[in-house]
Amino acid sequence: MRQVGDINASSQADIAFLLLIFFLVTTSMDVDQGLLRQLPPPSTEEQPKTEQINERNIFIVLINKDNQLAIEGEQADFNELTDRTIKFLTNPANSENLAEQVKASVKYDELASKPDKKAEAEAMKAVLDNCGDVNITRGVVSLQNDRGTKYETYIQVQNSIVAAFNICRDEFAKEYFGKVYDEISADEQKIVKTVFPLNISEAEPRSVK
Amino acid sequence: MAKFRKKGGRKVSGLSTASLPDIVFMLLFFFMSVTSMKETDYKVKIKLPAATEVKKLEKKSLVSYIYVGAPLAAFQSKFGTEPRVQLNDKISDLYDIPDYIEAERQSHEEADRPFMTYSLKVDSDAKMGIITDVKQELRKVQALKLNYSTLKVARK
Repeated sequence: MRQVGDINASSQADIAFLLLIFFLVTTSMDVDQGLLRQLPPPSTEEQPKTEQINERNIFIVLINKDNQLAIEGEQADFNELTDRTIKFLTNPANSENLAEQVKASVKYDELASKPDKKAEAEAMKAVLDNCGDVNITRGVVSLQNDRGTKYETYIQVQNSIVAAFNICRDEFAKEYFGKVYDEISADEQKIVKTVFPLNISEAEPRSVK
Repeated sequence: MAKFRKKGGRKVSGLSTASLPDIVFMLLFFFMSVTSMKETDYKVKIKLPAATEVKKLEKKSLVSYIYVGAPLAAFQSKFGTEPRVQLNDKISDLYDIPDYIEAERQSHEEADRPFMTYSLKVDSDAKMGIITDVKQELRKVQALKLNYSTLKVARK
């Protein structure tokens, strides 16, 4: 009886190699990364009046069409932006023209009195329970740019501001949880986030001189 | 019939290659699983800016991309040299963005839609004017989760 011979498998390696090389070439391992940001919802005519923010609590950052930076109306260098933002947010010397600091308990009472701020009040409660009566900043960073501003500059400024918030968060996390922000648990991160919310407001587009 | 005669002493036998296909297959499966094909061909020049505070986008399947940059040389005769918006693989106009977002939403399950992120891949040299317009279009259709795609550099 004739026997059917085994299929020659020596070319299997070649076929596998071919596929391997194909996938090697087409692979792009890079994951997309960048600065995550939440846009404000579209503005409508009958928008309810948002709460008035005291002028000292707004940190105005301007970039003009020539990619020059102004902080609070004065021209400034890009290197100072992060430090100035940190100083504004934390206001260590409790100065009159930097962001107002409120105690967490005061902020909690404020939020608890408003029925639509339930989630925020709850988050503030967690801060009170875990870290005690810490200072919460009322600071908001307002970023304005011209249509002619270069995207690279805009990202650089965004990045410097986010860096300031991250440094503040890291310091707070180290003080109360013993580790940097990235290494603490999600619940603890939420607490730190409540203390230092990423308050960056971008104005409705208009041209900046 | 002639017989082959052994010359000299014993020879070291060749290395067995029987396990080679297995090794290659292992590598193959590794690359197959990590591969993600390039989303689209760029029709605009994109040199991403660098930043230090970057975060990785977690769910890659929930990310839609919008590219902005000056058209590549081959498309300049048709689209000019000023930065333009590219959606999927077409250079488009600003008013195409709402339709694109809607199409992207339709291609995902309803439960996933609130978590969709729109990643802006913008050339460093583009001006903010066009970005502002894109952002306004996104706001109009309630596409508010935005990512400015950047390269990562170490903090000084």
